[in-house]
Amino acid sequence: MRRNPVTWLGTPTFPRAASAALADPQLRRNLRHATHTIRTKRAGAVAELPDWESLRRAGEAIKNEVLFHLDGYLEALEAAVTARGGTVHWARDASEANEIVLRLTRAAGAAEVVKVKSMATAEIGLNDALESAGIGVVETDLAELIVQLGHDRPSHILVPAIHRNRAEIREIFAREMPGAPADLAAEPAALAEVARAHLRRKFLSATVAVSGANFAVADTGSVVVLESEGNGRMCLTLPRTLITVMGLEKVVPTWRDLEVFLQLLPRSSTAERMNPYTSIWTGVTPGDGPQEFHLVLLDNGRTATLADPVGRAALRCIRCSACLNVCPVYERTGGAAYGSVYPGPIGAILTPQLVDDPADKQAASLPYASSLCGACFEVCPVRIDIPEVLVHLRAKTVAAKGKRSGEAAGMAALAWIMGNRRRYEAAQKAGSLARLLGGADGRISHLPWPGSRWTASRDLPAPPKESFRAWWRRTHG
Amino acid sequence: MADARAVILNRIRAAMADRPSAPPVPRDYDTHRPVDDLLGLFAERVADYRATVRRVGAGKLAAAVATALHERGARTMVVPPDVPASWCAEGFRWLVDDPPLAVDELDAVDGVLTGTAVAIAETGTIVLDAGPAQGRRALTLVPDYHLCVVRAEQVVGTVPEALAALDPVRPLTFISGPSATSDIELNRVEGVHGPRTLELLLVT
Repeated sequence: MRRNPVTWLGTPTFPRAASAALADPQLRRNLRHATHTIRTKRAGAVAELPDWESLRRAGEAIKNEVLFHLDGYLEALEAAVTARGGTVHWARDASEANEIVLRLTRAAGAAEVVKVKSMATAEIGLNDALESAGIGVVETDLAELIVQLGHDRPSHILVPAIHRNRAEIREIFAREMPGAPADLAAEPAALAEVARAHLRRKFLSATVAVSGANFAVADTGSVVVLESEGNGRMCLTLPRTLITVMGLEKVVPTWRDLEVFLQLLPRSSTAERMNPYTSIWTGVTPGDGPQEFHLVLLDNGRTATLADPVGRAALRCIRCSACLNVCPVYERTGGAAYGSVYPGPIGAILTPQLVDDPADKQAASLPYASSLCGACFEVCPVRIDIPEVLVHLRAKTVAAKGKRSGEAAGMAALAWIMGNRRRYEAAQKAGSLARLLGGADGRISHLPWPGSRWTASRDLPAPPKESFRAWWRRTHG
Repeated sequence: MADARAVILNRIRAAMADRPSAPPVPRDYDTHRPVDDLLGLFAERVADYRATVRRVGAGKLAAAVATALHERGARTMVVPPDVPASWCAEGFRWLVDDPPLAVDELDAVDGVLTGTAVAIAETGTIVLDAGPAQGRRALTLVPDYHLCVVRAEQVVGTVPEALAALDPVRPLTFISGPSATSDIELNRVEGVHGPRTLELLLVT
């Protein structure tokens, strides 16, 4: 099996990567500032709609309908796009999708493509694939540009450069961007201005654009991209050839369904009533926009995810990133620690399922990157019960280890003890001695091995002197 | 090698061997919400994006166009071929996109004047569908200044009402304020690649 590029080769498991990230005070300040800003704004944007919970339930139901009948909706989408002059391609995995895009780019005679920010193309490592084949790639989203020029990795679904503050971005632009003024100010408006000047020529001369898609409508063949800067409109309008790479699960049944998602997505992601620009196109329109349109439908682990009745809920995700912004773990470790283009709570359930390799320890560590506090489920616009899927995936990880693992041995011993009253009470009595290990604050910070594996990253409350059963017998017996 | 399409469709069918049935989609959300002052709400929400809205009487559109262009200092404007001649105030140079102008020509003008298809009050959005007085998509994208005429009867309250009024197979652009980014510290900054200034003339 070929390796799925959704995770980055060489990333340590989450606990190790998190320790490194936690030691970076600048990173923690940047993330705390950004996540707290967006959290407050999102709460305000959501509170404005009295029917928000109804919209969430509709969003959940529409996405379930899609997943349960995905084959039929994809066939309908293909027929509708084809009827309007587009071409549909199917890609089983990342390398097949990359080959299709490369072939189409070469056929169009382009030496360079302009790109709209897209999670699907980040997931398949398209930029590396095109560049190693000699095709230049220009990221046109401001945050993607910051990541590309900084030779960096994305750390957030919506704002890939969220880990950078304005001063760091100023340094990257001054160093890497030809023609950036020497006195460039570390102000968002000035930084956006130089990005505009830098990319304008590229937009006006590009012949091939590559995009992702937020939604595609099965009954009309319409494809939808939401964005803010206008780089999306530039890419979707000016080049002659447009190649859109879309995960299979992005299809929605009907045009009417967009009335739900065009409300849920902007308020959940950038916390706006509406994002500045949404483009919707259907096939090819003579005399307006690209005259050649290719839609690449990407599997890359999605059908394997679909086969798990609990795990498949992750495929409802509309990539808003609200769950990242509220997550206490993400806020402290940042996105890089997850080692994947999909970080945060949704990444912790989506990445290991897309990787679909029980031997991959890094991916298997991701469902543990959570305190199961449930904030992610509360904000999710399509009601993905992320904690439920996290626990389910942890159970799968443990089961894959077999009966000889530490957990399995421990659980077997516990079952033996708890299966008999005398054994259980004896164990409780012995256990209460563990309070001697606790400090003055009643917490245990260092257990001897193998308990040290637990206390390496957590405290344990010291057990009380007396068990409930012993207390009951003494006072009521 | 087997056909990727057939392989993927087979994988889906195998994955869904449990054939769960999806409950019907609950549509108890609001498609319409009563509003006292629809146009006032629209103007307020557009202004939140730092776009300008001027209310204009039907007979005074050309004068309002002239005022807006004077204040902007714009002299050369591009228009779609079917813009009503009465919108094009005297004293400015009007380039008609017929035959279609090259992108460099669009990049060189001071702005673009168009109509719109539908406007959404709650979200402060205008929607262009390449229909009457709107032209092709590049026209309202490349120039740095977009002056847009919205007729009062084009304004609806909610997103569902707007989608119901649109034809899905036309090329559609939803515009909510000038181009903006939240990519630096998640703070919104106006003015990136799309038009950096958006002004609406609301004809009542």
